[in-house]
Amino acid sequence: MPIALHLWLIPALCFLGFALNILFGRLWSKAVAGTVGILFPAAAFLWALRLALAWGGFPSPYLESHGAWILAGPLRIPFSFQLDPLSLTMALIVTGVGLLIHIYSLGYMAEEGGFYRYFALLNLFMFFMLMLVLAANYLLLFVGWEGVGFASYMLIGFFFRRDSAAKAGMKAFVVNRIGDFGFLIGLFYLFQLFGGFGYARIFPQVMRMPAETGWHGPLTIIALLLFVGATGKSAQLPLYVWLPDAMEGPTPVSALIHAATMVTAGVYMVARSAAIFDRSRAALAVVLAVGALTAIFAASIGLLQKDIKRVLAYSTVSQLGYMFMACGAAVYGAGIFHLMTHAFFKGLLFLGAGSVIHAMHGEQDMFRIRHLATGGLKKYAPVTFWTFLIATCAISGIPGFSGYFSKDMILENVFSGAAGNRFWWAVGAIAALMTSFYMFRAVFVTFFPEGDAPPPRLAPELEGVAHATGQEPAGVAAHAAHPHESPWVMTIPLILLAILAAIGGYFNLDGRFMNFLAPVFIPAGAGTIATAPEAAHAGLLVRSIPLIAAFGGLLLAWWMYRLRPRLAPRAAQALPQLYALIFNKYWVDELYQAAIVGPLGWISRRVLWRGVDQGLIDGGVNGIGHLAQASGNLVRKQESGLIRSYASWIGAGAVVVLIYVVWLGVR
Amino acid sequence: MVFDHRLISLIIATPLLGGLALLATRTASGARRVALVFTLIAFALSLRLPFGFNSGADGMQFVQRLSWIPSFHIHYYVGVDGLSLWLVPLTTLLTVIGVLVSWKSVGERARTFYLLLLLLDAGMVGVFVSLDMFLFYLFWEASLVPMALLIGIFGHERRIYAAVKFFLYTMAGSVLMLAGILWLYNLTGTFDWVRIQHLAASGALHIGSATAIWLFLAFFIAFAIKVPLFPFHTWLPDAHVEAPTAGSVLLAGVLLKMGPYGMLRFCLPLFPGAARALATPILILGLIGIIYGGLVAFVQPNMKKLVAYSSVSHMGFIIVGVFTFTSIGLQGSVYQMLNHGVSTAGLFILVGMLYERRHTFELKEYGGIATAMPVFAGFFVLLVMSSAGLPLLNGFVGEFLISLGAFLSRHVIGIVAISGVIVSAIYLLYWTKATIWGELQNPKNQGLKDINARERLVLATLGGLALAMGLASPLFLNKIAPSANAEMRPFQAPAAFALPSGAMPRPEIALRQARFAAPLMAHISPPSLPKPGPLHPGSPSPAARLAGAGGEQ
Repeated sequence: MPIALHLWLIPALCFLGFALNILFGRLWSKAVAGTVGILFPAAAFLWALRLALAWGGFPSPYLESHGAWILAGPLRIPFSFQLDPLSLTMALIVTGVGLLIHIYSLGYMAEEGGFYRYFALLNLFMFFMLMLVLAANYLLLFVGWEGVGFASYMLIGFFFRRDSAAKAGMKAFVVNRIGDFGFLIGLFYLFQLFGGFGYARIFPQVMRMPAETGWHGPLTIIALLLFVGATGKSAQLPLYVWLPDAMEGPTPVSALIHAATMVTAGVYMVARSAAIFDRSRAALAVVLAVGALTAIFAASIGLLQKDIKRVLAYSTVSQLGYMFMACGAAVYGAGIFHLMTHAFFKGLLFLGAGSVIHAMHGEQDMFRIRHLATGGLKKYAPVTFWTFLIATCAISGIPGFSGYFSKDMILENVFSGAAGNRFWWAVGAIAALMTSFYMFRAVFVTFFPEGDAPPPRLAPELEGVAHATGQEPAGVAAHAAHPHESPWVMTIPLILLAILAAIGGYFNLDGRFMNFLAPVFIPAGAGTIATAPEAAHAGLLVRSIPLIAAFGGLLLAWWMYRLRPRLAPRAAQALPQLYALIFNKYWVDELYQAAIVGPLGWISRRVLWRGVDQGLIDGGVNGIGHLAQASGNLVRKQESGLIRSYASWIGAGAVVVLIYVVWLGVR
Repeated sequence: MVFDHRLISLIIATPLLGGLALLATRTASGARRVALVFTLIAFALSLRLPFGFNSGADGMQFVQRLSWIPSFHIHYYVGVDGLSLWLVPLTTLLTVIGVLVSWKSVGERARTFYLLLLLLDAGMVGVFVSLDMFLFYLFWEASLVPMALLIGIFGHERRIYAAVKFFLYTMAGSVLMLAGILWLYNLTGTFDWVRIQHLAASGALHIGSATAIWLFLAFFIAFAIKVPLFPFHTWLPDAHVEAPTAGSVLLAGVLLKMGPYGMLRFCLPLFPGAARALATPILILGLIGIIYGGLVAFVQPNMKKLVAYSSVSHMGFIIVGVFTFTSIGLQGSVYQMLNHGVSTAGLFILVGMLYERRHTFELKEYGGIATAMPVFAGFFVLLVMSSAGLPLLNGFVGEFLISLGAFLSRHVIGIVAISGVIVSAIYLLYWTKATIWGELQNPKNQGLKDINARERLVLATLGGLALAMGLASPLFLNKIAPSANAEMRPFQAPAAFALPSGAMPRPEIALRQARFAAPLMAHISPPSLPKPGPLHPGSPSPAARLAGAGGEQ
């Protein structure tokens, strides 16, 4: 291992790409802007790869520090970076998957305006994301944390002429700020307790502290506050609401930011803070519960979505729930494993969806796609179909594909781990069934011929429901008669990701990946709740449940959408209330609007501005003025208003004093 | 350098000479060229201050002291320390920018306009460098009049109302301050700030605690109106809406800073007891300002009022930082003064550029501007993010330090303060969305021209500063630190005395230990962690361990 690894190069290269494109991109052709946009992330990937290949597995993290960012009294924040198995894994995922998505974007965005701006922002996102995963202190992590939020804001709102896109970007940023509010308070506590933000300073001290049992221990409070930040960034209950709306962004952005990397930052942060979480049973229990509830809640919404990107969005929320379940069960390694496989298969699913949308000239409604692509889309776009199918098998947990290994590991450990819980295991297993169902539903509806399925019109009594949410098919692509396969620049990333999604599970053959990560988590959990993610001793029945869920979902979807395609509409008609509840996403957005957003505006406008500011304070000030004016008029009859003459008297007086003073001075 | 001891006087004299030179000009273009040249010279001179400043010392530097009115012991006495050092170049830079942003928009009576601008420049610099209280008061008033006239002559429709309101509000405070200055003179027989401060620090200044409270309030209210601290803020939105762009830039960028600067210069060092006694209500007003200013900004239909109320919110942060009496919070406040100067001046310039093109501040008239003015939109996002506290831009450093300092002094204050990050995201992004994003629907906005080279230069300067101050904050903070620490001395002494003498050789560390350990241990963790008893070096609590540890990592 060389002495200086120059970790800073990895984010800095991406920043350079951003700077060049934002400054000069306007003057360049698309080819130049695109080349610059690809080149720098590629260089960052190669550098990360070089580090990985030279990896010697040294026992303690490699640290480097480059000058101070903030200095104030006892506070010293250096630009410090750290390489250990966890950050190396994350850096490889971010640069590797990121590079593939950059390449894919060349094709996907070829027809769009603002090409240079797109690549500049994508590079900026990479810069912040790499800062986040390579930082060696919490405040630098927070720089990346906020920065990816900003990049995400700009990219969600990339098509800024669309009002809905601008709105979604703003929603994402504000909801994330709510999480960051908690995160920052957690950071303040960390500083108060440990006198700094550096991992190397905090974790050794934490490891000497005892495990906490109640809700009032300092580590419990810190862990819960950090987790508030994670619920914002990683779209968990109750702050998940921004992620589905974030689908307004270009589809490769959804793949990179809102599936593969940024939204997993919360999982990374919790795993990074393993030492803290490990010492708080209460915090782990909260993480597990929130993860499991989010997993099933979002999966249930995914069951009925018609927009292919929305299905994937809720699926992402749900899968992130699984990663937090792993963390909550104190098997962080399994969470990171699922994070990795998810980056492969969910990135691929989004890119596949993008390819479908590309093929259908902008149509996103799966049922309309089926209707328009006569004979089934798989005939027109075979590469897209097969890669999408591989990713679907992976996410559904079909044995042999990557997602099977990681999800299985999570569920087993939740069932039998020391910090596990059988109830949440059952919830996770049901969510797995739902996952398999909605994903195969997406495959069967999107790619297979319509056959005798009803055309994409809702039953009359359900029309109202759809109108209420504005979910009516956009009808953009009524003319889309010629579906086509995407160009090679898009299909090659699909194929590469499909390979990873298929074989990604074997990275952990014989527990290799877990052993690789172990130095990060084992010492953190020494003598506490955490367990090494060894094959838990669960019974055969328990171990076969995920298999049953995966195939059960597949067969159910096959039955409902291939064999009996008229069944689904009929089921919806039979239970209209339930259908409406889920189809409208439990009305959570409407609830937030009515309970928080609306009142906040009303109070600000009516009470604070009109009431306090204009009524009380200004009314009082003007009242004093009027009073003085009235009494002044009573004493001396003045023709002008008091205010103006008052001012001129003050002015005249000031001049007299000034002259006097100057005279004193020159005397 | 040889002229260092006259440097500050040169900085003040340059714009005044420029004013004289203006009298020789005949045309508007001549006037603005003269103003540009002289403000640029003043700015160049003021850059010598940070470069020549010795950051190892906490006293006054670049001092010049001349007897002026011997019969009243009044001196011409100027100098800078870490608190005022950066405010001078900020003032001179923003004045240059004020000239540049008025380049096209001020045509009539340009000579008067630039004369007022130059007088204002001299007055504002004078406020930050005066070490004689009488001189301070003169400059204080001298900066008030040109600003009131700028608003009253060159403002918009309701300019007279706004100018008079601004003038009377500030005057009400100034009268109190004058009374306070004379009272102090009566007590000490001098206007010399350095001497009075020495008396106060050594305990030789015998003021009863009731008197100290009255004196403190006399100064404090004058400064609180200037800040403006809730509920003294209602002059600000009116003044900003009516002021010309250059007026708003200097008002928000510099004049408001006189408030917290005055508190740091007078209220804290001279009356530490009173400051401590009144800290809680002041902190509460500051916190109200943060949240209230932000929420009211959010519902403004007029974008200049929106930015004005955002100032109320940001200035609330600065006050909170000052009155937490922590070194971290105080440095954050001083830094945030500069940050707010850069960011908010930038926001007002953005508003001004739109006004120059469309002659309205109404938010509903805009939308989709990014389509017509893409470069403008880029700067818009940059400056909004600087104001919203995006890390690696300037605003974050200040707000983070302030909130952390507040949290260390009392948890609840830090928590309420940092909730401002949510509010600022709401109003700033709402404004962004309503202005630059969306479809360009208003036909009057169709043909808008993007910003020209001069406008780019102005915005690039401020944007570049925002980035530099966010990336390399130690360059600025290490010059602020010695003075900030000196400022904290009267507030640290009693805590240090409370420790068993001899047990802790370094009182500063002992204090840190007490600060870090006490609130957390006392409030959240009685069952699981041992309470820090009498503080001994080998105490087993984790908080005690950290006190012995060195710096980061």
